[in-house]
Amino acid sequence: METVLLEVRDLRTSFFTDDGEVKAVDGVSFALPLGKTLGIVGESGSGKSITALSILKLIADNGKIIGGEIHYKGNDLLTYSDKQMRDIRGNAISMIFQEPMTSLNPVFTVGQQISESIMKHQNLSKKAALVKSVELLKLVGIPSPDKRIKQYPYELSGGMRQRVMIAMALACNPEILIADEPTTALDVTIQAQILRLIRELQMRLGMSVIMITHDLGVVAETCDYVAVMYAGQVVEYSDVVTLFQKPKHPYTIGLMNSLPRHDVEVEKLESIKGNVPNPKEMPTGCRFAPRCPAATDLCRREMPALMKDVEGNDVRCWIYSEKWEGESEVIVYGEKRIAESRGTETILSD
Amino acid sequence: MAKKELLKVEGLKQYFPIKGGMMGRTVNHVKAVDDISFTIYEGETVSIVGESGCGKSTTGRAILRLEEPTEGSITFDGHELTTLSKREMRKLRKDLQIIFQDPYASINPRQTVANLLNEAMTIQKVVPAKDRRKRIIELLETVGLNEYQADRYPHEFSGGQRQRIGIARALSVKPKLIICDEAVSALDVSIQAQVLNLLKELQEDFNLTYLFISHDLGVVRHISDRVIVMYLGKIVEIGDKYSIFENPKHPYSKALLSAIPIPDPTRVKKHIVLTGDVPSPIDPPAGCRFHTRCPFAQDICKVEEPKLFTHDSMIDGHQAACHFVEEIENGDLQAKGFEEAVF
Repeated sequence: METVLLEVRDLRTSFFTDDGEVKAVDGVSFALPLGKTLGIVGESGSGKSITALSILKLIADNGKIIGGEIHYKGNDLLTYSDKQMRDIRGNAISMIFQEPMTSLNPVFTVGQQISESIMKHQNLSKKAALVKSVELLKLVGIPSPDKRIKQYPYELSGGMRQRVMIAMALACNPEILIADEPTTALDVTIQAQILRLIRELQMRLGMSVIMITHDLGVVAETCDYVAVMYAGQVVEYSDVVTLFQKPKHPYTIGLMNSLPRHDVEVEKLESIKGNVPNPKEMPTGCRFAPRCPAATDLCRREMPALMKDVEGNDVRCWIYSEKWEGESEVIVYGEKRIAESRGTETILSD
Repeated sequence: MAKKELLKVEGLKQYFPIKGGMMGRTVNHVKAVDDISFTIYEGETVSIVGESGCGKSTTGRAILRLEEPTEGSITFDGHELTTLSKREMRKLRKDLQIIFQDPYASINPRQTVANLLNEAMTIQKVVPAKDRRKRIIELLETVGLNEYQADRYPHEFSGGQRQRIGIARALSVKPKLIICDEAVSALDVSIQAQVLNLLKELQEDFNLTYLFISHDLGVVRHISDRVIVMYLGKIVEIGDKYSIFENPKHPYSKALLSAIPIPDPTRVKKHIVLTGDVPSPIDPPAGCRFHTRCPFAQDICKVEEPKLFTHDSMIDGHQAACHFVEEIENGDLQAKGFEEAVF
């Protein structure tokens, strides 16, 4: 049995705007085993970044975590004070962002920015922190690090900036690295370099990684476990091989089928009809029901909970429950799924 | 039946001056596109792929003369575009349309959809005024939108719908060639598939020719008949899509293809990871522009620029610009990672 380092249960984060409450994250559960990589995959607006920010409690003033639990080493981070959280952020749990240009401060040198968190968390002198910064830059594969340390972010290329971000995140030997779309802004050949770097560092330092991405290719290549998000909820959570070989949730199946591939020939893409729901007017039942080719009245009426199947994977879909009232053989996006009630138990109730 | 040449680009160069120093003199040039030639036949889809800064978008813009080309000739349907006056060019733009990447920035937010389409038709005088409303409705239905959406403003639409509006605008003047500049890159996968399917249907229905500019090789494989791979302002490889995707010859094309993550966790992953970044187009490397990152590079690569050529191991129409295609093919030249790479 794997040790679970971080477990999120039924997380809910809402933003309160002039137009009312926006439930950006509304029912997210997953587990991050020690030393493994968990992927959070979803399209824009599915709530994957807000999930990551909620773990670090970095939510804007008009937002609030209104429910759920985030267990890290047996403690619930949601009960931590601001001061306790400051010791966690950038220390035990670090994060890297999509756009390295906007997340680095343009008026400070690379060295100043990396040494800041080292001085803060490890009580080192400025001089010692700079020495450590040079080591970190070397670790992330930046050539002539002693020169780079004196440069400003604008003097570096996109790939180099992302390496600097990673060096900053690694400064305090974090146990968990949250990478929010770390390669989306980069070209594929540079993306390959950065993904390889993250994997090597993970093996060398024994970190656990949460990889947030919209790219199923990146998920397949880097992750051990995957949580698929749709409209603020986790709709499916399983190990990466099961997810790609036998996706269960109609949204996951649709997503896989609409992906054009460079390595195999696909005659016609099977697209998901319609658009994602407006977060201010979420459907009452299953949030995917308006776009789902298998949806029944039950789906439109009641929201399914995230249910565990016999293999221990989670899926939020009525097809796999005892309450399913449709056909026993369901075709979604050209793929056959058997509706079955065996062994599913609700792991949390909505 | 012989294929009809619709667009022929020869020796196209696009240099952008860098002003600086005293009196704002031109101190240097960004050589965005540096001597490229290719042909597009009627009814086919040709894609240009490459990483940021390789010159693929600049090529598209130069063809439409949105940027005046520095040198070279562009023949479209028998007309030499580079020597046309502005007025003549405007007339021809009816046949040459473009769809841009960002559906938020490329549509005027203060015009309704109907006005937007009407304006294009008025300028190009394609449909008599009294029939235009009917034609607008017809266009909206063609791209999968509804009649009741005609009098709405762009902010009322989602990204995918806006891209459909962009497509309707391009179609409104009954063009022959549409340049799609990263037309689906800003869209989520599920919406991207809808738009790609739409583009394919429209091509069949209206006998359209596409020049598709994209960095996403999955999309390119799906939509193209032929593919052009660019690196730092030059074409490094050109061929039908099977040649490019199943049998790439240029080391850069190989590296590019193998760098893309494959959405299949059970496949053995062997990537060619190129070291370093793309050099600056202001002062590109002499000889082969890829030699600074190429693991096969020899002395000749640093001095002599390779020409596009169909080597013995390649089929007709498949060309690569590399001195050592055959040597790499038969294993006389080897580099770590290349022999077991998966494309």
